[in-house]
Amino acid sequence: MATRLTTFAAPSRFYALAGRAIPWCWAATLLFGLAGLWVGFGIAPTDFQQGDAYRIIFIHVPAAWMSMVIYLVMAFWAALGWAFNTRMSAMYARALAPTGALMTVIALWTGALWGKPTWGTWWVWDARLTSEFILLLMYGGYIALTEAIDDPRRAANAGALLALVGAVNVPVIYFSVRWWNTLHQGSSISMTAAPKMASTMLTAMLLMTVCFWAYSFAVVFTRARAIVLEQEGDTDWVRALARTTTSEGRP
Amino acid sequence: MIAVLQAVARRDLLLASRRRVEMLLPLGFFIVAASLFPIGVGPEPQTLRQIGPGVVWVCALLAAMLSVTQMFAGDLQDGSLEQMLRSPEPLVAIVAGKVLAHWLTTGLPLVLAAPLIGLLFGMQAAAIGALAGTLLLGTPILSLLGAVGAALTLGLRSGAALVFLLVLPLTVPALIFGTGAVVAIDSGLPAQAHFSLLGALLIFTLLGAPPATAAALRISLD
Repeated sequence: MATRLTTFAAPSRFYALAGRAIPWCWAATLLFGLAGLWVGFGIAPTDFQQGDAYRIIFIHVPAAWMSMVIYLVMAFWAALGWAFNTRMSAMYARALAPTGALMTVIALWTGALWGKPTWGTWWVWDARLTSEFILLLMYGGYIALTEAIDDPRRAANAGALLALVGAVNVPVIYFSVRWWNTLHQGSSISMTAAPKMASTMLTAMLLMTVCFWAYSFAVVFTRARAIVLEQEGDTDWVRALARTTTSEGRP
Repeated sequence: MIAVLQAVARRDLLLASRRRVEMLLPLGFFIVAASLFPIGVGPEPQTLRQIGPGVVWVCALLAAMLSVTQMFAGDLQDGSLEQMLRSPEPLVAIVAGKVLAHWLTTGLPLVLAAPLIGLLFGMQAAAIGALAGTLLLGTPILSLLGAVGAALTLGLRSGAALVFLLVLPLTVPALIFGTGAVVAIDSGLPAQAHFSLLGALLIFTLLGAPPATAAALRISLD
């Protein structure tokens, strides 16, 4: 079992496998994205309180979910790479970070777009908004640290340690921020007390969530392949790959 | 292990006492930064009293981050850090000694200067006492977390700026409980919960940060 798992940890295997998987991921992204947008913007009924502005949640909620899931997945791969010294895990972690940061930005941005017509303001220091913002800072810290270190091994391990320290602190930060906000003011705006959702809205949201997952897989695989080529540039299989692609006339 | 901790702390304190002005720089930064706020915000006593605790805490955070990069930089330059990593003594104890020395040279002066800043912001005596108390519990957290950041960014070109980005998000809970206690005291509410949580945070950081710093030093000097 262990040998079979580690065979897929070889960068060359990953490169070939991911290369085959990427078109399928993009196809799923397109399929579920179009279906989700169609259900969300075409079929789902208009909310009687919020009007059509609520429809941004079909992008906002999946993005917010992905932003949190990706941080945990990143910390998981980083820890695995640090503990077992597998090269591929560290590359996954590095490939995940920009997508996670992008998802956080999308979640914050769409949240602001939703907040303006609904709450009348772009931004409130609500507990969720604040912790999402801190999450963005933590992604930024991870990316900045791994980019600042030239040696790939040190970059991977230092990033892993930072991701782990961050993951340990995420619950502490989340609950302290929640406490801070309830301390300062009664929660005038609650995002948790949403009315029970119509089933078409839920369908649209789930379709969009699958779309976001597929997109993340596609982009992270593509980025991880680029990182593999960059870091394994002096190995035989990358040289052979370069020879075959140039002989076929594709630079 | 305690002997190692003491020896390292004494050595760092001795080194700091040979460069006294350098040692007082974070304190100078703290006072200058905090006293800029009344000038920027305006001399309204009510506003100043309200923002006082937050300003003092944020300036203490920044002052701690500013000085923390020096924790390992000198030892890296003269090679003694490598000897520390090679020594048979536990690295965690060495790290703890260095953090202790850093707190005594930069954290403690901030705690002592905080009441003065509190007076500048027109805070009441009880609130000033609470402020000094929270900083007494909070500044060791800053030194401990800062040590992790300093060890991770050791020897990097942009290390000093990176430490801010890496460590400040992690210090948010300390900031919340620290200022929360002062605000509670100021409005006549009990602040025991804040102090307990801040103490719990200190214990949690005390247990977690030195091993993380030791691991980060090993990564950086691999």
